[in-house]
Amino acid sequence: MISRLPAKEPDAWNSDHGPIVFLRDTAAIVAVELVKLRRDPSEILTRSIQPALWLLVFGQVFGRLHAVPTGTMNYFTFLAPGILAQSVLFISIFYGISVIWERDLGILQKLLASPAPRSALVLGKALSAGIRALAQGVIVYLLTLFMHVPLNWSPFALAGVASSIILGAAMFSTFSLMVACLVKTRERFMGIGQVLTMPLFFASNAIYPVSIMPDWLQVVVRFNPLTYQVDMLRALMIQGGKSAFGIGTDLLVELAILFGLVLVTARLYPSIVR
Amino acid sequence: MHPDGSNAIVTEHLTREFGTRTAVDSLNLKIASGTMFGLLGPNGAGKSTTIRMLCTMLPPTRGDAIVAGHSILLDAAGVRRSIGYVSQMLSADGALTGAENLMLFARIYGIPRSIRKKRIEEALEFMGLAEFGSKIVSSYSGGMIRRLEIAQSMLHHPPVLFLDEPTVGLDPVARHLVQEKLKELRATFGTTILLTTHDMQEADELCDLIAIMQSGRIAVVGLPEELKRLAGAESMDDVFIHFAGKILEKPTTFHDIQTTRQRARRME
Repeated sequence: MISRLPAKEPDAWNSDHGPIVFLRDTAAIVAVELVKLRRDPSEILTRSIQPALWLLVFGQVFGRLHAVPTGTMNYFTFLAPGILAQSVLFISIFYGISVIWERDLGILQKLLASPAPRSALVLGKALSAGIRALAQGVIVYLLTLFMHVPLNWSPFALAGVASSIILGAAMFSTFSLMVACLVKTRERFMGIGQVLTMPLFFASNAIYPVSIMPDWLQVVVRFNPLTYQVDMLRALMIQGGKSAFGIGTDLLVELAILFGLVLVTARLYPSIVR
Repeated sequence: MHPDGSNAIVTEHLTREFGTRTAVDSLNLKIASGTMFGLLGPNGAGKSTTIRMLCTMLPPTRGDAIVAGHSILLDAAGVRRSIGYVSQMLSADGALTGAENLMLFARIYGIPRSIRKKRIEEALEFMGLAEFGSKIVSSYSGGMIRRLEIAQSMLHHPPVLFLDEPTVGLDPVARHLVQEKLKELRATFGTTILLTTHDMQEADELCDLIAIMQSGRIAVVGLPEELKRLAGAESMDDVFIHFAGKILEKPTTFHDIQTTRQRARRME
């Protein structure tokens, strides 16, 4: 039978403050996404097609040209981390549509009327995108293994790559959530998503090195978060891979961007239901 | 304003403007603890906007409200801890089971791990869903989903519960069951319930106190019997027409009609 409880109880439960509530609620949102992903993993397979095309078709053909100066590594090896970063970007940049969908379903309204901190709702979504993106990592590793790319298998490097994927996906998906909060409708969101992905991809070091770019682009590239994501992956994923900016710098840049985006998006989040 | 022990909800000049349109116009309401309060009115009268402000989803343009002793302006977090909210949309997650839907909210409401499972089982049983906890929600009927959503909103036994059109689109049997569960909920926990509805009969049967809204203002508040007497009407439908009749002839927006019909279709 139902137990009668004093009305003050909900207050007492939430006496935990700050970081504990934040982490608990973030984990609750991530747990839901994990259940959904486990129940319907089909999207992981469909999403593997794009990186496969880039690596096996574009990578193979471009590699034959020997036109891109990639130092001691061959073009395919150079390209692999770039394509991993690109596929993480592509799945994360459209993640914001899920919040528009949840708004239309009424799920978001219920979450916003709950005591969960808005920042936990945002970071929970961001980390869920990160977990989905990990699957892209597995796919790219399998493809590169098949193509005899000299991968770095040290546990430190693997953990670094996994963290970098989660961090990059969290960063781009939070950006996507922010855009969704601003544009509010699916149609406008899809339009903006399309406009954003290509410039981010081409104005980065994903498929060619910064050194061959015209001067103006070399400046633009440094303001592109994808550049730091690729730089970190290239250093960690490939045997003897080197970072142009330093892994510490890459990590700090991405963490700072994620932190800023979570703060801004948490403030904007309630506006999507208005 | 100060928290008022005997009133679960107090609004003071609560106002919300959208551009030049005033959706809620200086609302002053006092709802005593344990009341089943029905907010009625035609589409666009400001019912949902009022609920969204009281749930802290939408900040008021002016005025304030005290919900369960917390100001929506000064202590929004306190309000959110003390309320349950059932959206007018079908908001349970169809990709999860009933129990998984409840688990998310049990965690978010900070229900201690040691009693989470028990609470979820109790809530499912209370809402007549004990056998369906492990079933995927997309296989539920509209009435079952609505009861699951109410279970979700009461997991933490909040003193105040807001329901936005809880029976819209349900068949008479499902509607009756939802109404019975709301009565039981109030009787068991002494919950103050504020609900909006278009169904006048439902308001008559279910609510202790009824307010009819018209163009963002309260046209009248009273006991169902009082309102019938005031309007010189036999039924609540006549009461509604008497107090909100003119507004019914005002055209509503295409989007509103589309949304209402889509919602009703999804509930079937």
